[in-house]
Amino acid sequence: MGNLLQNLLSDEDLAQNFAESKPSYNAQEALDEANRCLYCYDAPCIKACPTGIDIPSFIKKIASGNLKGSAKTIMEENPIGASCARVCPTEELCEGACVLNDSTKPIMIGDLQRFATDWSIKNEQVMFKVGKKNGKRIAIVGSGPAGLSAARELGRLGYEVTVFESKGEAGGLDTHGIVPFRLPKDISLWEVEQVESLGVEIRTNAEVGKDIFAADLVSDYDSVILTAGMSKVPMLGIDGEDLEGVYDAIDLVEETKNENYSTEFIGKRAAVIGAGNTAIDGATTSVRLGADNVKILYRRTEAEMSAYDFEYEFAKQDGVEFRWLIAPKRLIGDRNDHVKQIECVRMELKEAGSDGRMRPVEIEGSEFLMDVDIVIKAIGQTRHHQLIDEFGLEHHNGVVKVDNETYLTSQPKVYAAGDVVFEKGVGEAMAVSAAQQGKETAYAIHQQFKASELGNV
Amino acid sequence: MADISINFAGIESPNPYWLASAPPTNTGYQVQRAFEAGWGGAVWKTLCEPVLNVTSRFGAHHFNGQRVAGFNNIELVSDRPIEDNLKEIYETKKRFPDHPIIASLMVEPQRDKWHEIVKRVQDVGVDGFELNLGCPHGMSERGMGSAVGQHPDLVEKSTLYAKEVAEVPVITKLTPNITDITATARAAERGGADAVSMINTINSLIGVDLDTWNPTPNVNGKGAHGGYCGPAVKPIALNMIGECARQPDINIPISGIGGISTWQDTVEFMLMGSGGVQVCTAAMHHGFSIIDDLTEGLSNYLDDKGIASVSELVGKSVEKYTDWSNLDLNHRMVARINNDICINCNKCHIACEDTAHQCIDMLIDENGNDYLEVREDECVGCNLCSIVCPVEGAIDMVDLEPTEPPMSWNNRESALEMLNNK
Repeated sequence: MGNLLQNLLSDEDLAQNFAESKPSYNAQEALDEANRCLYCYDAPCIKACPTGIDIPSFIKKIASGNLKGSAKTIMEENPIGASCARVCPTEELCEGACVLNDSTKPIMIGDLQRFATDWSIKNEQVMFKVGKKNGKRIAIVGSGPAGLSAARELGRLGYEVTVFESKGEAGGLDTHGIVPFRLPKDISLWEVEQVESLGVEIRTNAEVGKDIFAADLVSDYDSVILTAGMSKVPMLGIDGEDLEGVYDAIDLVEETKNENYSTEFIGKRAAVIGAGNTAIDGATTSVRLGADNVKILYRRTEAEMSAYDFEYEFAKQDGVEFRWLIAPKRLIGDRNDHVKQIECVRMELKEAGSDGRMRPVEIEGSEFLMDVDIVIKAIGQTRHHQLIDEFGLEHHNGVVKVDNETYLTSQPKVYAAGDVVFEKGVGEAMAVSAAQQGKETAYAIHQQFKASELGNV
Repeated sequence: MADISINFAGIESPNPYWLASAPPTNTGYQVQRAFEAGWGGAVWKTLCEPVLNVTSRFGAHHFNGQRVAGFNNIELVSDRPIEDNLKEIYETKKRFPDHPIIASLMVEPQRDKWHEIVKRVQDVGVDGFELNLGCPHGMSERGMGSAVGQHPDLVEKSTLYAKEVAEVPVITKLTPNITDITATARAAERGGADAVSMINTINSLIGVDLDTWNPTPNVNGKGAHGGYCGPAVKPIALNMIGECARQPDINIPISGIGGISTWQDTVEFMLMGSGGVQVCTAAMHHGFSIIDDLTEGLSNYLDDKGIASVSELVGKSVEKYTDWSNLDLNHRMVARINNDICINCNKCHIACEDTAHQCIDMLIDENGNDYLEVREDECVGCNLCSIVCPVEGAIDMVDLEPTEPPMSWNNRESALEMLNNK
């Protein structure tokens, strides 16, 4: 069976599997949906958007045919508005707040946002202007949602901005970490271009600690913003992690973003460890790579998993199996050091721990073996400890400590925003929140310079 | 089941719905399809000396995604030979003897011309005539249509000429492109009309193309004013019908025309004095099958209200339609928001705040939930909030207990006059 599939699935088929899965609105669908919007006053959708996009206004502009104005209204508040149109958990944000939830059905705000920004991408619109140079230089470390947003706002305000990106392409999570069938890389790269069009310099393949040094940034620039996001999936801490066939979900997604489609999955049995959004990505990516059977193993239950409802639904539609209350104890390899089995143990939930979630506890003697060909680790993301230490920033388990309003770290010239300051249980690690923090950091820096200039007068 | 048949000015019809004289009644094929679908009667597209038509001919006003809120046309009267039309009228009448066919006629306002056409058409057996004195475009430039209908004396004469030879009822169709339609209604009655029908279409230009800057509809880069109709004109038609119906000296039946699209519209037109109605745009938008709901909805309404015959509706609201100076100045009405139905879109608040009387507050209750409340002592009962509210039942307009006896402006003026004369 496996061989048969391998023969059937060409590279083209695999590429097709990774094309954006949800069709975009056609012009008529967009118009019909836009016309349903009530154009509320003091609209709850605006308040529910972390970046505060004037949603009724951009929708009204779709209805009137002013698509350029619509896209500008979106991008004005959210420099990664095209990506967010695809990746935001809209049911929990703008669409969840839509007043029509109480009468009919909410406006599909994400789809409309995608329609307007896609128009802008297709028509190569330039929406924002470079501000008059004020002579200040800002370094930004990391070009993901937070870094790009800060860079764009600072560029508009007249700062000379240089962004340092360790990878070969800018965009961070949106470029590398979101499955391409949800967010094609081109979309994120367009947002990068928009920021570059404001005179922002983005240096790729520039890793702090290797290609450049934190101390130099701090001394050479007027301010530094650390927006480096998070790192790889942590080790499971069990035997067999270094076997062949064991993948890091984030690396796996990044490969497909770069259009490298492994043929190793075709016809195979894959097990994903974890049940967050990254685990869903790992699972749905495996399905698209041709895996015959994909299971998600989670040590808690459906009720505790952190994946969004729509992600869960999406995985189930893909045929992903969910196995609750199971944890891996070790990975067992064959004679070629390729993973062949997971020794699993059954769990039960006990009273909640300090994080408020039910605590999974092993059921003694319940171990069993599960035959697998591939294991994908997706149990969260590690922190950039080394980078944080290099800047000498105070942190808590790798979460950089910042002032709640100014995003200033313990170092007077260094700010931090986005996932590097995201603390579990405090809000959500969403691209849209990172974008907002990037904006706020830019304004805080601007305020600080304005204040010090006034002080000098 | 209520009786929805009517006798309009002596013309029996199985229901009050006639297709108006317009593109839907251009041929026997169409009218027969309409009768098969259930339309009560048809006013055949205007017979005249055949004309030449242009392309394009129609335009529409779309609003916020709703197609055809209004419609206009620059098509003229029938462009088919009269003998073809007469043959088809004869055949249609033979197939559908119980469905009235009214022949719409248009000639110059001369006795011999009216006599000739009335006699010629009468011979094939029609149930009545409708004199087209209202077409506002094209024909009016040739001294016919609204060029006649705008002159009460020509309306009277044309009606008189037709009546001199007509053996079946004559309905004079009036144009709304006039300051006071009651003047031409009276003229028609003086000329002996058995009924009037109103309104014909309204002078209009649908729009201008933003790229070509051509008027719409456009004919090789040019446009001309057309006749406006469809849902948007309903309030204009309803007023003109009401104005005529409430004149004590106008005592002939009115066939109501103008934007009728639903059975509810029909009920309103009949309550305001229409003895029957004519429909065109709704059929052009959706096809003849809409007659099913038009008749069934009307019948169910009558049953629900315990009314035996649709004719009982005719004119029942006319006495309620009056001059502003007869309205009660002491009547008090206010808006009340039903917070359990309200969805908090705040449209009422901003409408009131920006454009009315600043009396709807956005508040937060003890549980932290948003709610809206009307300050009733400052509410003038204008209806704006309930108009912009997107949810049925969220805002009620409530009558307050009167604190003073009713008093109209006229009451007030005559009371003041009495005081001054003492």
